[in-house]
Amino acid sequence: MPPLTSKEERIALFQQWFSDNIPHSKALGLKVIGASRGFASMQLEWREELVGNPETGVLAGGPLTAMLDGCCGMSVATMLKAPEPFATLDLRIDYVRPAEPGKPVIAEAECYRITRSVAFTRAFAHHGDAKDPIAAAAATFMLGTKGKPNRLPLGDKP
Amino acid sequence: MSALLERLAEARKEGNVARLAEAIPYARWMQIAPENGTGELLTRMRYHPELIGNTFLPAIHGGTLGAMLEMAAIFHLLWETETETVPKIVNITVDYLRSARPVDVIACAKVTKQGRRMVNVFAEAWQEDRSRPVATANAHFLVKSDADAPPSL
Repeated sequence: MPPLTSKEERIALFQQWFSDNIPHSKALGLKVIGASRGFASMQLEWREELVGNPETGVLAGGPLTAMLDGCCGMSVATMLKAPEPFATLDLRIDYVRPAEPGKPVIAEAECYRITRSVAFTRAFAHHGDAKDPIAAAAATFMLGTKGKPNRLPLGDKP
Repeated sequence: MSALLERLAEARKEGNVARLAEAIPYARWMQIAPENGTGELLTRMRYHPELIGNTFLPAIHGGTLGAMLEMAAIFHLLWETETETVPKIVNITVDYLRSARPVDVIACAKVTKQGRRMVNVFAEAWQEDRSRPVATANAHFLVKSDADAPPSL
């Protein structure tokens, strides 16, 4: 990530890359609310279409899955020196409690280790209190997928 | 979720599993529905442009594959097992095997282990070629009534 951009500029940039330009993220209405090195945060507004149980209004697991995948992916991108294609290798989600109807969901993801080939991330989804999570996720990503040559990511520690 | 269980009873009477999806707003929005035209219970996610996660390739968003595998597991549990409650997902692990192209995705699920309270389900998704899956998943579901579930769920 270019180091000289302000927080607002970074968020706007990642909003474009990780929501506006990705049709499914845009359809979910994912809003980037945090972007710094190794860290990504997004917000998902509750809406009727995303509900799994119409009697309780609780969100389906799917929107959280897509949001956590996207947010973990964005945390990887914050570690890259130059844009490089990458793809989700696997994603585990623990649904620790139901999301509350009508409330926005916040996801916070951290890319805690990146190598030449693989990036390791974890994330939590919550309603504003990270200590009271709705879901926990762990995702790994394969770097340098599809066509383009591998570039050494900035986050690679010696 | 009695509406879904009522819908299940109706669907069984009619022999039309597709009706299960009608009770779930998210399934309708995603165009994910079960089908049993071939005698095997399958779940289909109809391709539509809002599923795209990578416009360059183009490829379907990985999150939507996880979502449809989860739905496939739920439809399987509802239709193929004697469940009296709507299964509650505890966790899911999705492995991404290939990028999914902009066409329909189909999934099947099977119960790996049925316990009294907990079920372990495996699900697999493919596109045109069933021998080339795009993603697989393992998930745990609580299938006992609410009274028996841990307070968090």
